[in-house]
Amino acid sequence: MANKVYQKTFTRLEAITKATVSLKAPGVSNEELAVVDGRLAQVVKTKGDLVTLQIFSGTEGIPTNAEVVFLGEPPTLKVSDQLAGRFFNAYGHPIDGGPEIEGEARQIGGPSVNPYTRTKPSQIIPTGIAGIDLNNTLVSGQKIPFFADADQPYNIVMAQVALRADVDKIILGGMGLTNDDYLYFKHEFESAGALDKIISFVNTTEQPPVERLLIPDMALTAAEYFAVEKGEKVLVLLTDMTLYADALSIVSNRMDQIPSKDSMPGSLYSDLAKIYEKAVQLPDPNDPSKDAGSITIIAVTTLNDGDITHAIPDNTGYITEGQLYLRADADSGKVIIDPFRSLSRLKQHVQGKKTREDHSQVMNASVRLYSDAANAKTKLENGFDLSDYDQRCIKYAKEYATRILAIDVNLSLDEMLDTAWELFAKYFSPTETSIKQALIDKYWKK
Amino acid sequence: MKTTGKVTGIVSNLVTVKCDGPVSQNEICYITTAGTPLMAEVIKVNGDSAAVQVFESTRGLKTGDPVEFQNKMLEVTLGPGLLSSSYDGLQNNLETMTGVFLTRGEYTAPLDHDKLWEFTPLAKAGDKVVAADWLGEVKEGWLPHNIMVPFSFQGEYTVKRVATAGNYNLDTVVAVLTNESGEDVNVTMTQQWPVKVAVKGYKEKPRPNRIMETGVRVIDTLDPIAEGGTGFIPGPFGCGKTVLQHAIAKQGEADVIVMAACGERANEVVEIFDEFPELIDPHTGRHLMERTTIICNTSNMPVAAREASVYTAMTICEYYRAMGMKILLLADSTSRWAQALREMSNRLEELPGQDAFPMDLSAIISNFYARAGMVVLNNGQTGAVTFIGTVSPAGGNLKEPVTESTKKAARCFYALEQNRADRKRYPAVNPIDSYSKYLEYPEIIAHLDERIMPGWVDMVNKTKNIIRKGRDASEQINILGDDGVPMNYHELFWKSELVDFVILQQDAFDEIDALCPLERQKYMLKLVLDICDREFVFDDFEKCRDYFKNMINILRQMNYSEFQSDKFNDFLSQLNQLLDSNGK
Repeated sequence: MANKVYQKTFTRLEAITKATVSLKAPGVSNEELAVVDGRLAQVVKTKGDLVTLQIFSGTEGIPTNAEVVFLGEPPTLKVSDQLAGRFFNAYGHPIDGGPEIEGEARQIGGPSVNPYTRTKPSQIIPTGIAGIDLNNTLVSGQKIPFFADADQPYNIVMAQVALRADVDKIILGGMGLTNDDYLYFKHEFESAGALDKIISFVNTTEQPPVERLLIPDMALTAAEYFAVEKGEKVLVLLTDMTLYADALSIVSNRMDQIPSKDSMPGSLYSDLAKIYEKAVQLPDPNDPSKDAGSITIIAVTTLNDGDITHAIPDNTGYITEGQLYLRADADSGKVIIDPFRSLSRLKQHVQGKKTREDHSQVMNASVRLYSDAANAKTKLENGFDLSDYDQRCIKYAKEYATRILAIDVNLSLDEMLDTAWELFAKYFSPTETSIKQALIDKYWKK
Repeated sequence: MKTTGKVTGIVSNLVTVKCDGPVSQNEICYITTAGTPLMAEVIKVNGDSAAVQVFESTRGLKTGDPVEFQNKMLEVTLGPGLLSSSYDGLQNNLETMTGVFLTRGEYTAPLDHDKLWEFTPLAKAGDKVVAADWLGEVKEGWLPHNIMVPFSFQGEYTVKRVATAGNYNLDTVVAVLTNESGEDVNVTMTQQWPVKVAVKGYKEKPRPNRIMETGVRVIDTLDPIAEGGTGFIPGPFGCGKTVLQHAIAKQGEADVIVMAACGERANEVVEIFDEFPELIDPHTGRHLMERTTIICNTSNMPVAAREASVYTAMTICEYYRAMGMKILLLADSTSRWAQALREMSNRLEELPGQDAFPMDLSAIISNFYARAGMVVLNNGQTGAVTFIGTVSPAGGNLKEPVTESTKKAARCFYALEQNRADRKRYPAVNPIDSYSKYLEYPEIIAHLDERIMPGWVDMVNKTKNIIRKGRDASEQINILGDDGVPMNYHELFWKSELVDFVILQQDAFDEIDALCPLERQKYMLKLVLDICDREFVFDDFEKCRDYFKNMINILRQMNYSEFQSDKFNDFLSQLNQLLDSNGK
C-alpha cells in the first residue's frame, strides 16, 4: 500500500479480541483499510470515536501500543491487462515473484449491475464434458456450483472445465485451497499453455481464514474489468465457498452477532447472493440485440456427508441457477456427473436454439433410459428376474456412463449427440426411446 | 425547520445519528457522505439518538457526516404511468438510470412528468368529495386510470373547479377543492403516500365472494383463491416456485399485475423483462406488460430496500384498487423480506426469536397480508387486491418461522413438494397438504355453484378423496406387494393416478395446456370423476395398470389439444371405446 497524504496514525488500542482490535480514532470512514502493527485490517464498526477493526491475519501478538495507520479507502485492486497470467494473494499482491500491477485502483465489492441493463443469458459455454454440455448445458452469465463431498475430485473437474471452456479469461478464486491443490491448479494452467488468459487469487489453508473473505470480491472486481470494459467472456471459478461461509461465521461470532441456522450469520443469504449475482450477461452497448461481455461463475460448495439441507448449500441453492453433482459410478469405474440430481436452470435458453435441434429430446431420452436401468438394477438386487428390456438397459447404462457421463470425456456437442444416437441404435428400438418421429427419421443410426 | 443530525456510529447498514430536534419512527432522512445523499429510515429512537437503516451501501461513511430528516415516512409517487414500469424497492425507475451499474445515491423519478395524458373530468363543481373519490379519468394504455382526491386529504371537500377535457401533464392542476374551513387546495394527477400505511378510502371490506381464475388446474379446481384473497407457495429450491408464479402472472384474471421480485435472482427478472412485452394476456388480448408493474429488488441489491420493496408494491396495488380495479400482487419471495428484517433486528441487538428472526415477525407478516382484500368503494363499486407470496423455507423444512407465520395469515396454502418435483410431476403442488379456506365460505360455494356448476365444491372434495384413497392403497401395495392386496386396491391407486396425471399435472411450457380456462376445467373434472365412478373388472393387476396407463395417455393428449377441436374429439372417442371395452 502506497503512503497517502492524509494518513492518520494512532498508537493506543482500547480492546483486543481474537480477530478485532478497537481504538479511539475520530474521522475514519466505514470499511476503510488500516495497517495495525504491520497487518492489514478493515473498519467494521464505528461507535462515536471508538472504531473496531477486523484484522485479516488475526491478532496474535498485537500489543496495546501497536501502531495503527489508516489508509483512507476500502480494499482496492489495481486493474489492467497486466493482470492476465498472474497469481495474487487475498490482498491483490503478486505471489508469483513478478512485479506489482500498474493500473487503476478499483474498490472491490462494488455496486450491482442494474437488472434493467442486463440481457437474457443465451450463449452456450461448451466444456467438452458431456455430463455438462449434453445434460446440464452451461450458459454464459450463469452461476452454478458443484455440490461435492470432500473426497470427490471437484478441483480437478473445475480445472478441466476451465481449460476447455471457450472463454476469454479464467479467474480463479481459491479460498482455503490446500497447498497441494494450489500447486495442482498452477501446474495445470502452466502446462496447458493458457496462462495468459488466467488470473488467480489464492488463499491457502496455511493462511488466516478471515483473509479469504476478500478473495471473491478481488476475483469478481477483476472479472468486471474484463467483462464490462473489455467486453470479454469471463469465467470465474470459486473454490471452496463452504470455507468462505465458515470464515463469515467466524467473523460474525467475534462480532457478537446472534447466529441463525447451523451457526451461520443471519446475513448469509445476502452475503452469498452479493457474490453469485455478479454473474451477468451484458448486451452490446451499441446494439442491445447483441451480447457483449459476460461473467459466468462456477463454484464449489463442499457438503458435509452429502447434506444439502445445511444452511450453506441450502442458501446457495436458492441463489444459483442449478447445481452439479459428482458421483463415483461402480459400473464404469469412473467419476460421472450425476444426471438425476444435477440441474442447469438456464439450459433451455440454449438447447435446440444454439445447439442441434435434437438436443433436448436426445438428452431426455438418454436420461430416461438411464433411469430405467437404475430401476432394473434395483430389481436385480431384490432378486427379481430381468426382462430383455431390463438387460439391454443395464448394458446401455454402462456404456452411457463411460462414453457420455464420465468426467474424462472430451467431445464436441455434435459428437455427444451422435454418440447418444449410436447407443440408442445399439440397444433399443426407435419406439423405446419415444423420441419424436421426425428426429428419428433424420438421425437414427441404421 | 427540518431536524438535522450527525452520524455517531456505523455497523454495516445500521447507522446511529445524534439529532438536534424531534424525529419520528420510520421517518426518512438523508445522510450526506462525500457529497452524495444516502436515503435512510429511522427504525429506533433512544433519547436524542436515532438508529436508521440505510438503503444503500454505507462504505466510506464517517462519524460526523451530516444528516437531514425529511419529516415524512418512506413514500411512493402514485399517478398514471406506473403500469409497464420497472422500479427498484424504493420506486426508483430502473429504466431511466444511467450506466451499467447501480450508482449509489442515484434516485430517479418514478413517473414521467412531461408526458401528456388525455384527461376527462368525472366530478363537477359543487360536488362533495372525500379522499379517494374520483375527480377525472385518463387512459393509461387501454385501462381507465382515475384521478382521485389524494388519500391524505382528511374530511369533506367541495369541488370548486375541475379541468375541462384535454391533454395535461402530471403536474397540471386538474382540480381545485375547497375544504371545510373554506381554503382552496390544488389537486394534480399525482400524489404521495407512505408505503407502510395501508390506504383506506373505501366504505367497507367484505369477505371475498368470488374466485380469481388462474388457468392453473391444481389451483382453480382443487384449491381456488378468492378475488381479494391471500395465498402462499412454500417450497424448497428446484420445485418450480418461480415457474408457477410466472404462470399465474401470465394468466391471472386481473386488471393489473404487480410483481415484486424481492431478493431473488436477477436473471429471473430479466426473463420477465424479456418475455412479458411479447406475451399476450389471454383475457384481453393485450400485451402483458401493459398491465404489469415490476418492483425489482434482487438479492444483491441493498437489504433494507428489499424490505421496502414489498410495501412499495402493495401500496401501488391499493392505489389501483381504489379505482375499482382487480389487482394481483405476486411477491417472490417473502422469506427474503423476513431475512432482511432478521439482519436489522440482529444489528439492533434485539433479543431474537426462533431461528434469530425478530419476535414480531408473525405480526409483521399478518399485518402485510391483511392489506390485501376486496373493498367496496365510496361510490359502491368494488376493487380487490389478491396477494400470493412465495416462501423459501430453509432446508425445505416447513417447520420454520416464516412458513409458520405465513400459514397463520394466508387463506390458501400451496405446498410444493420435493418428491413430486423429483418425479417431474409439475406443478409440484401436494394435493393433500394444500388447502383453500375459501372452499368453506358459503358465499364462495354459492358463487361456484353459479359460475361453474351446482354441487361443484362437493365434486372437488370428492376428487381430493380419490387422491387420499389412492395414497392409502399405494401404501398397502408397497407393504404387501402387488399380489398381496385385493384387486380393487390397484383400481383405487390407478384412479388417483388418473386424477394426478390429468387434473393435477399441467405443462406450463405447452402452448395449450399451460392455460386451462374454468369451462375446460369443469369439463375435464366431470369426465375424470365419471370414470372414477365406474367399476372395472380386471384379471390381474398388470392388466389394470396397462388399461389405466392407456387411458391416462389418451386424456393427456386431450389436455394437449385445443378444447373441443376435431383432434380433441378424436381422443374423446378413443377414450369412449376404451371405456366401453371394460366395466360399466
